[in-house]
Amino acid sequence: MMRIVPLVLAAGIILSGCNGNQSSSSPAAGSPSQPKVAIDQSTTSSISGTVHFAGTAPVPVKIDMGFDPACAMSPRGENFSSPIAAKEGKLANVYVYVKKSPVIGDWAVPKEHVVVDQVGCRYEPHVVATMVGQTVEFRNSDNTEHNIHAMPSENPGWNESQAPKSQAILKHFDAPEVMLPVKCNQHPWMKMYVNVAANPLFAVTDASGHFEIKGLPPGEYTLAAVHEKLGEKTMTLKVTPKEQKSGVDFSF
Amino acid sequence: MPQSAYNAALHRFTKLLAGLTFLLIAAGALVTSNDAGLAVPDWPTSFGSLWRIPHMVGGVKFEHGHRMLAELVGLLTIVLAIWTWRSDSRRWMKWLGVIALGTVIAQGVLGGMTVLFFLPWWISSAHATLAQSFFCIVVSMALFSSRLWLETPPANFAEHSSPSLRTLSLLCVLSILVQLMLGAAFRHSGIKLLPHLFSAAVVTVLLIWTASRALTNHSLPTAVRRPANALLGLLIVQLCLGLAAYLTRVQWGADAVQPQLAMVLSTVSHVIVGALLLATSVVLAIEVRRHILPVAATASDEALDKAVTA
Repeated sequence: MMRIVPLVLAAGIILSGCNGNQSSSSPAAGSPSQPKVAIDQSTTSSISGTVHFAGTAPVPVKIDMGFDPACAMSPRGENFSSPIAAKEGKLANVYVYVKKSPVIGDWAVPKEHVVVDQVGCRYEPHVVATMVGQTVEFRNSDNTEHNIHAMPSENPGWNESQAPKSQAILKHFDAPEVMLPVKCNQHPWMKMYVNVAANPLFAVTDASGHFEIKGLPPGEYTLAAVHEKLGEKTMTLKVTPKEQKSGVDFSF
Repeated sequence: MPQSAYNAALHRFTKLLAGLTFLLIAAGALVTSNDAGLAVPDWPTSFGSLWRIPHMVGGVKFEHGHRMLAELVGLLTIVLAIWTWRSDSRRWMKWLGVIALGTVIAQGVLGGMTVLFFLPWWISSAHATLAQSFFCIVVSMALFSSRLWLETPPANFAEHSSPSLRTLSLLCVLSILVQLMLGAAFRHSGIKLLPHLFSAAVVTVLLIWTASRALTNHSLPTAVRRPANALLGLLIVQLCLGLAAYLTRVQWGADAVQPQLAMVLSTVSHVIVGALLLATSVVLAIEVRRHILPVAATASDEALDKAVTA
């Protein structure tokens, strides 16, 4: 009997060590040991393209907001979940960023805030992108309390409540991270993603699946497109000085 | 060992606490099932206040409701520990009350840590497991303070089978506890489902083996046979609920945008029947130890009988 007890406990400990969490894709852009170089803005280029979706998007599911009467009575009306927001084969909410850059520029952190609003008990927008150190402004336009719970893997986690129509909560993230989930535990359907980039070379596709990234110094890049459900696609492309490269399309 | 007199009021109070603890486990399961663990972001205060009841909507009604029930259980446990210390003459029973109090305090701190550290799976799993352990302590205290326990002498039943029912019943408790730990770890996304399923098979075999051993021996006292019977019934219910929880949450609800009623009902029921299963196995193990003599004692009695006969 005395031999069995430690065996059972040891088995429990070993089995519980099998962590089911999966690591996220690498947000790296160039080696951190690379020296920063001054970017000559007169030679930078831009790329633009569309993210296509070849499959059939699931039918949006109506969310039951009876959980909180203030949500149900919101003037924004009904709320539908659509994790794959595709319209006519074009995919919205895809984070497109430079995964591998030929240089690390002396890019300044943008002064403008990235705004996320909670309105009608949903996050608007659903996916945002920010540069390391840039301020993300969380607003609450609803008539109900929310809690904003960031669940990063590379940055410190936090969870704060926000009273109805109260002052915005200002946050910034200090490490690059892809698809950092943010959710509200008071309204379990509310979920959005923040993407944190080491440089300002990123974009999020709009409702027509379009994106544009400006300010790329000439060189060879690895570009990645990441979707919350569909994963990541990458491509390598070369940018020449002052080029306006279009048709940089991804397909899921 | 001093024998305590039956105290009806204390026994009823202990049963009330056991019932409330059961409800508290259900309330805790509702918090997890509704993903409301961090709906109240601070602890030990709730939205900055120790006493003010917040607007009970959304996830707050689950999380704060759980906290209020936990406070009541904590308060009643203090009363139980003091009452038992003052009125029960059994020294070990007094200390069991103190252990119950220590456990409920530790449980409260673990609950707070889940909030402050944003629900790491290992703290949440420890919180879930300690809840079940506390429930078993209170159920045991209710058993020890019952009239049946205090006024019925042990049966001193001699057992010859190997492994003994004492060993089997203890293994049942340990295996169910490990299974609950694995279930909690899976529920809190710490491990995959397979360890929980594998452990379920082990628990099923052990429980059927133990219960059938207790039930096929018709000379065993009712105090042993009754929990063995309950164990079998609960096992069947629990296996069905496990399947229901798997289908509703893992199979059909993996991509659900919000908790669905079926998945909440099945998972909460699976958790609370798990608690009942553990408590029943503890009662069985206690009754077996009380009424069935250890194999060594049985052997020495038989040797003495033989010597006397010779």
